[in-house]
Amino acid sequence: MRRFVLGLFCALLIAGPVAAVLPEEQLADPVLEARARAISQELRCVVCQNQSIDDSDAPLAADLRAIVRERLSAGDTDEEVMAHIVARYGNFVLLKPPLDLQTILLWSAPLLVLIPGGLGLALYLRRRSRAGAADPTPLSAEERRALAAILKTGDAP
Amino acid sequence: MRRLAFIIPVVLFLMVAAALGLGLRRDPSILPSMLIDRPIPTFDLPGLTPEDTVGLASSDFTGKPVLLNVFASWCVACVIEHPMLLRLQAQGVTIHGLDWKDEPAAGAEWLAQRGNPYTLIGSDPRGRTGIDFGVTGAPETFVIDGHGRVRYRHVGPITPEVWTEILQPMMDRLETET
Repeated sequence: MRRFVLGLFCALLIAGPVAAVLPEEQLADPVLEARARAISQELRCVVCQNQSIDDSDAPLAADLRAIVRERLSAGDTDEEVMAHIVARYGNFVLLKPPLDLQTILLWSAPLLVLIPGGLGLALYLRRRSRAGAADPTPLSAEERRALAAILKTGDAP
Repeated sequence: MRRLAFIIPVVLFLMVAAALGLGLRRDPSILPSMLIDRPIPTFDLPGLTPEDTVGLASSDFTGKPVLLNVFASWCVACVIEHPMLLRLQAQGVTIHGLDWKDEPAAGAEWLAQRGNPYTLIGSDPRGRTGIDFGVTGAPETFVIDGHGRVRYRHVGPITPEVWTEILQPMMDRLETET
C-alpha cells in the first residue's frame, strides 16, 4: 500500500501542466511559435475564465489561438496581436490587466493595505516599547511576602 | 482619538462589505461588450444552404433597429430560447440570425425542424464574424440600431422578462430615434 501511494505521488511529480495546443495548430517557425505561446499564456479564455487560451480546451480558445498565429504570421508585433484580441473582448482577456482608471484600485490595493497597516503597527510597537521602558511600580511589602509564599509552596494561596 | 481608532476600522469594514456585497449581485462571467455604441464589424456571410442566395452582411443593418441573434445547432440553450424568438417574429420584430461555429447544413436542419424566426441568416462556420462581435457563446443577442451601431448585448437566452424589461423598451426607444 505504501509503495502504491509513493508511486502515485511520484507520478504526480512528473505530470507537469500540459498545454492545450495541438500539434496541427503550431507554426512551423519555432521563433513565431514561441511568441504565439507567450502571447497565448497572457490571454484569458473567455469560456473557462480562469484559464489562459494556451491552457484551455474550449473550442473558442482554439479559435483565438489560431487568430494569434495568423496575426503573427501576417507580421503583427506582439502588441498588435494583443490589441486585436482586446478590441473584441476587452481588457478582461488580459491576465495582467493594464494600469488604468478602472484598475487603479486593484493595483494600489497592496499599498492601501500595507501603508496604513505598517503605520498602525509602528505606532503600536512604539507605544508598547515606551510603556515597557517606564519604571514599574515596585511590589509592596505585603505583595513581596505573598510572592515568596507562592514560590515556596508552588501554590496560589 | 480613542473613539476615532474605533470608528475608522468599523467604517472601513462597512465600506468593504458594501463593495463586496454589490459585487455579489453581478455575474462576473458576463463580459461587457466592446462594441456598445460602436458600428458593427464589417462582414459578408453566405446563407445556410447553397440554394440560399442571400446571406447576411453588415450592410443589411441600416434603416431600422433589429436584433442579431447568435445561435447554433449544437447550442442547448438556443432550443429553450427558440419559441420566444418565434413569438417575437410574430409580433413583427426583425431578427437576423448568425449561425455561429456550426455546420451550415446542421443549422439549416435545426431551423427546418423548429421553424425559422430569422429574416436574414448568415453562416459563420469558422466563427470569425462572431469573434469580431466579441461573442463568448450561444445564444447571444445584439440590439443594433438603424445606423448599424451595437446598442446592447444580451448573453444567454431571451426570456420573456428580458424582452419586456430590457430589449423591448430599448427597441421602442430606438424606433423613435430613427
